[in-house]
Amino acid sequence: MVIKYESVIHEFDPYFNYRVTQFLSKNGIYEFWNWFDDRTWYPLGRVIGGTVYPGLTLTAGTIWWGLNSLNIPLSVETVCVFTAPVFSAFASWATYLLTKEVKGSGAGLAAAALLAMVPSYISRSVAGSYDNEAVAIFALIFTFYLYIKTLNTGSLFYATLNALAYFYMVCSWGGYTFIINLIPMHVLLCIVTGRYSPRLYIAYAPLVVLGTLLAALVPVVGFNAVLTSEHFASFLVFIIIHVVALVYYIKGILSPKMFKVAVTLVVSIGMVVCFIVVAILVALVASSPTGGWSGRSLSLLDPTYASKYIPIIASVSEHQPPTWPSYFMDINVLAFLVPAGIIACFSPLSDASSFVVLYIVMSVYFSGVMVRLMLVLAPAACIMSGIALSQAFDVFTGSIKYQLGASSNSTDDAEDNTSTNNAPKDDVSAGKTDKGEEIVKERSSKKGKKKEREPADKPSVKAKIKKKALVLPLEASIVALLLLIMLGAFYVIHCVWAAAEAYSAPSIVLTSQSRDGLHVFDDFRESYAWLSHNTDVDDKVASWWDYGYQTTAMANRTVIVDNNTWNNTHIATVGTAMSSPEKAAWEIFNSLDVKYVLVVFGGLIGYPSDDINKFLWMVRIGGGVFPHIKEADYLRDGQYRIDSEATPTMLNSLMYKLSYYRFVETDGKGYDRVRRTEIGKKHFKLTHFEEVFTSHHWMVRLYKLKPPRNRIRGKAKKLKSKTSSGLSSKSAKKNPWV
Amino acid sequence: MKQSSVVDLLLLLLAIALLATPAFSDLVLSKVERRIDVTSQIARVTKTLKVVNSGSESVSEFALTFPKFLGNNLAYLSVAPSEGKGKSKRTLVNLSVREADQKGLPDSISVYSVALPKPLSKGDTLTLEVVAAFTNVLQPFPEKITQGEIHLVMLQESAQYLSPYAVESQSLSIKLPNARIESYTKFENTKLQGSELKYGPYKNLQSYSYSPIVVHFESKAAFAVAEKLVREIEVSHWGNVQVTENYNVVHRGAQLKGEFSRLDFQARPNPRGASAFRHLLARLPPRAHSIYYRDDIGNISTSEMKSDSKKTELLIEPRFPLFGGWKTFFTIGYGLPLTDFLFASEGKRFLNISFGSPILDLVTEKLIVQVVLPEGSKDISVTTPFAVKQSQEIKYSHLDIAGRPVVVLEKNNVVPDHNQHIQVYYKFSNINLLSEPLMLISGFFILFITCIIYTRADISISKSSPSYLAKLQWDEVLATLQEVQSIVQKCLATHDKLEASLRDLSRTGDIQTCKAARKSTDSLLKDLSKELKPLLGFLQSFPSASHISPKVEELVVKEKELQEKLMAKHTTVVEGYEKKSSGRDIENRIASQQQKIIALRQEIEDLLEFIDEI
Repeated sequence: MVIKYESVIHEFDPYFNYRVTQFLSKNGIYEFWNWFDDRTWYPLGRVIGGTVYPGLTLTAGTIWWGLNSLNIPLSVETVCVFTAPVFSAFASWATYLLTKEVKGSGAGLAAAALLAMVPSYISRSVAGSYDNEAVAIFALIFTFYLYIKTLNTGSLFYATLNALAYFYMVCSWGGYTFIINLIPMHVLLCIVTGRYSPRLYIAYAPLVVLGTLLAALVPVVGFNAVLTSEHFASFLVFIIIHVVALVYYIKGILSPKMFKVAVTLVVSIGMVVCFIVVAILVALVASSPTGGWSGRSLSLLDPTYASKYIPIIASVSEHQPPTWPSYFMDINVLAFLVPAGIIACFSPLSDASSFVVLYIVMSVYFSGVMVRLMLVLAPAACIMSGIALSQAFDVFTGSIKYQLGASSNSTDDAEDNTSTNNAPKDDVSAGKTDKGEEIVKERSSKKGKKKEREPADKPSVKAKIKKKALVLPLEASIVALLLLIMLGAFYVIHCVWAAAEAYSAPSIVLTSQSRDGLHVFDDFRESYAWLSHNTDVDDKVASWWDYGYQTTAMANRTVIVDNNTWNNTHIATVGTAMSSPEKAAWEIFNSLDVKYVLVVFGGLIGYPSDDINKFLWMVRIGGGVFPHIKEADYLRDGQYRIDSEATPTMLNSLMYKLSYYRFVETDGKGYDRVRRTEIGKKHFKLTHFEEVFTSHHWMVRLYKLKPPRNRIRGKAKKLKSKTSSGLSSKSAKKNPWV
Repeated sequence: MKQSSVVDLLLLLLAIALLATPAFSDLVLSKVERRIDVTSQIARVTKTLKVVNSGSESVSEFALTFPKFLGNNLAYLSVAPSEGKGKSKRTLVNLSVREADQKGLPDSISVYSVALPKPLSKGDTLTLEVVAAFTNVLQPFPEKITQGEIHLVMLQESAQYLSPYAVESQSLSIKLPNARIESYTKFENTKLQGSELKYGPYKNLQSYSYSPIVVHFESKAAFAVAEKLVREIEVSHWGNVQVTENYNVVHRGAQLKGEFSRLDFQARPNPRGASAFRHLLARLPPRAHSIYYRDDIGNISTSEMKSDSKKTELLIEPRFPLFGGWKTFFTIGYGLPLTDFLFASEGKRFLNISFGSPILDLVTEKLIVQVVLPEGSKDISVTTPFAVKQSQEIKYSHLDIAGRPVVVLEKNNVVPDHNQHIQVYYKFSNINLLSEPLMLISGFFILFITCIIYTRADISISKSSPSYLAKLQWDEVLATLQEVQSIVQKCLATHDKLEASLRDLSRTGDIQTCKAARKSTDSLLKDLSKELKPLLGFLQSFPSASHISPKVEELVVKEKELQEKLMAKHTTVVEGYEKKSSGRDIENRIASQQQKIIALRQEIEDLLEFIDEI
């Protein structure tokens, strides 16, 4: 990506993180915790120190500080750009460790290699994608690894490390709730399936106690670590595991008879106590408006929640449920390998493999709810596929090796084997019936089969067979190997393609391939640079919230709303202004002290994710708070259109006007290349706004609010101006909201 | 600005009227030719002065005077005696010029004094070539224009040469850009020829003659002014001079008022964007490489480079066209081959590099040149062709310990005429070059050595701590386990041998060899099981091996069992052969044994594998 584009930070959120890191490196950690940012959410401001997940910024800040104290003068930007790739390498390593704990190092290597390429993770780990997820995925996998490690060893040392890794995860990403729900679920699963052991206790109890204490240290989490419902599951399981531990202990010291009596006694009392406690909890939780669940978590549990109640969450494309092609795009062939991996995990089922199975099941569910959580699925899918691949390779290469060895011994042996193995299924079933008392596993039945078929077969050959499970015919295994390698090759090709084409575009710089070479659309930075150099440092810029972070970071101007969508009302105000007619919008913006309005317009060059396409969300979000904005007014027969069929409300909205101001003069018709239609209202004038800057490809248009005295004069000459401004004000009259 | 300059003018006239005695010597200017070039944003005045000493004493100083409003904006002034006849401009050394005291002259006149190369005795003549560059003297008027209006500027000057000396003959020509001329002050002998405006000649003028003129004309030049330019020149003795230039550029022409419409700018760029400039041309030294052009939010993709053996031309386009009053910031950087710029003389090295910005026609209001010398440079001195403010700093860069000395040169109001070479002299020994690589090498060396020591050495705090003992024990356990394994493997190998002997039997029917083989394996196995016993006991004695020892025991037991079964089978087969029973019969008899053997073998292998994993 750096080669194709440049060393630049991507998209929206990374710009905010970059800005925070700059602040951190300039002012130090203490200032950072106390940072009240007055350049965003004007006039409310935002307490950055208390509302960000500081893990990423602190990591990059530490790296920067370390390098600079070695007198290696890297800029903060460079460090930020390369944090993600560095951490993806760590993540790959962590995947190796985790898979190794589950299924051995072969599977670990395969999983790490898969993860290193998986498009879904590449999308978050390309250079410049300086987002929380970049370090969080590493933290997530590493936490899981340490959990499994503790579970396998029962070492308190790893348990402590586990709590620390969890702490790092809490610092890094809101997705830590995934850990704190998944691990208790696994513990519960282990208890229910009778796999309780002291190791399980050591793996879990310190994590909950230490982890919760540490999590509460992170300002953005704070008391949420004990107060919100996301964490309750862990406490509940914490209680359960203690009860179970106690039961096991008592069982150890009591005779079976006494134990039975004790159980009935305790259970009857316990039920009553539990009931009371649960009732109190439910009452407490229910007294909070959302039942103690945050909106995003709720939309996870109930996928339709967001679209019903919180348009702002639903409006983010990352929060939409993914489509099927996106699965194929993001995890590619892994999708087919995962089931095989799950099967491999069941033979034999250990604590560790049951955990990965649970992990994949949960992450598949979550990724089905939100595109963004595809990222959590990717490592799980890699682990599963890694296991599947390595098992398959084991079998195939093993059988080839065996075949070759056998054929060198005696040629008929190989023939014999191929003939016996041409129908392996029959053999297996036959073997099973034959040796019913054998301790499961195909290999025993295999061996049974061997003997039954050729009782006089030479023992030397049998020794060679050892317990190589499925001995497949030579040709079949070679073909299967080749197919597997081809599958891998396709995966690699796809990943490289995805990395090069789909996921490395920084989205602030666009390119298109034209006949005379690469064409660069650098409009965003053009206008941000204009803003930053040619407006007053305290001017306020209003735009849709998508561009908030970029405006503060690149143009260093105060914005009204930004990508941290913490105040719905504020966003709704901007949405309302954008969907109101010019005058009303002017009043709203003026009341917010806004001097410039920024709109993104792709109609000239065909850039699809522009403000007109996002406009319905502005209407919805605005309408959610200010009921006079009605979605229906902007739709003609339920259809969103901007051509001559569009509703007058739509055509008079500020967004429409700012986007298409003087657009018709470019080609005489006003043909919008995104919507593929001619625009509805072509000639109009702006009365309350003036164009101050439009970027080279018209992608960003900046308007300045005309000073209020114009308005007063306009009022005095109301009649005159009304008649003179013609079409626009006439149709505005029809609009009920003027 | 305009008003103040008018006030200046009035003051000046007043002062000239009130002028008392000329405080200067009896020089007479026999001929003055002035040419003013205003095709760019800089007013460049070239004067040819023929000086005659008409007094009695010899004179060694010559005074140049400018009206104050020009003198304040004087960016560059150089005076050179021109000795050759006619047009042969064999300019000699520039004469030293300094700002002189007012000597009783009014404040509205600024005076510069020139030291003549040799005192001018009575009757001698001398021709001086004066080059002066003024910035900010082309005043935009009107001061604010809309996008569609043309950019008009105004020049104020005097038709007559303002001099403390009497002038016998003089003329003035003003070279205007090839465009519209709005108005100009007309005198009798004023001529406009194409784009050249001529005043004079005037004969026999008194000292301090002054007649103000104003020329109002359209300028299409780029009024690009760098408010601040920081050039960092970093010398690396590894063969590179890295130049980084940070520009804060502003368009100092008439300010843009009202809307900026991209549509108009794109569709009709000429009338409706004429006052803006889109490009700047930087002429870099030849063989410049690794050129980049960016600003603080990333690379700027609009630039073009042409290079040949003489020069490298970089056409840079700021992110947006600059209209009047608009600002932008960008950085350009490039590397230059060291050999072109660094020379040695008298045991010292010196860097010979140009002082100003490589961008053409750019006025720099504040130029800071930082020459970063390699770490360990000493005895630093700088020679510049004109006065600059000097200071020194220390900069810490890649892996520095002592820091690199930085020579900081500062100068205000720099015009392209200042693009002369400066020399930075310093001493530097080549051994210092190796210090950083050596440091890196030793750093990594130490790192790896520490790793090696850490992994190889035993650094447990206490040799009696339980964990340490447990570790030792564990190592022993593992060693024993390995032994056990190898013995069991040996046993299995002997079993194979036994089986092989059976096969031989079926082929050859040689019972005796078979029996002998059995005997030998029997004794071998016995030896092996003897060896096994102490190991087993050893394992059981360790508490840490408690979870392994049962398995190992099981292994040994199973192995024994297998031995017995095998022996039994062997015996049956051999007996069968002795009794000459048919092959089928024998096979039937040993079938059940065979099954058990295989099962046992399987179990043993499983156990072995389990132990292997530990």
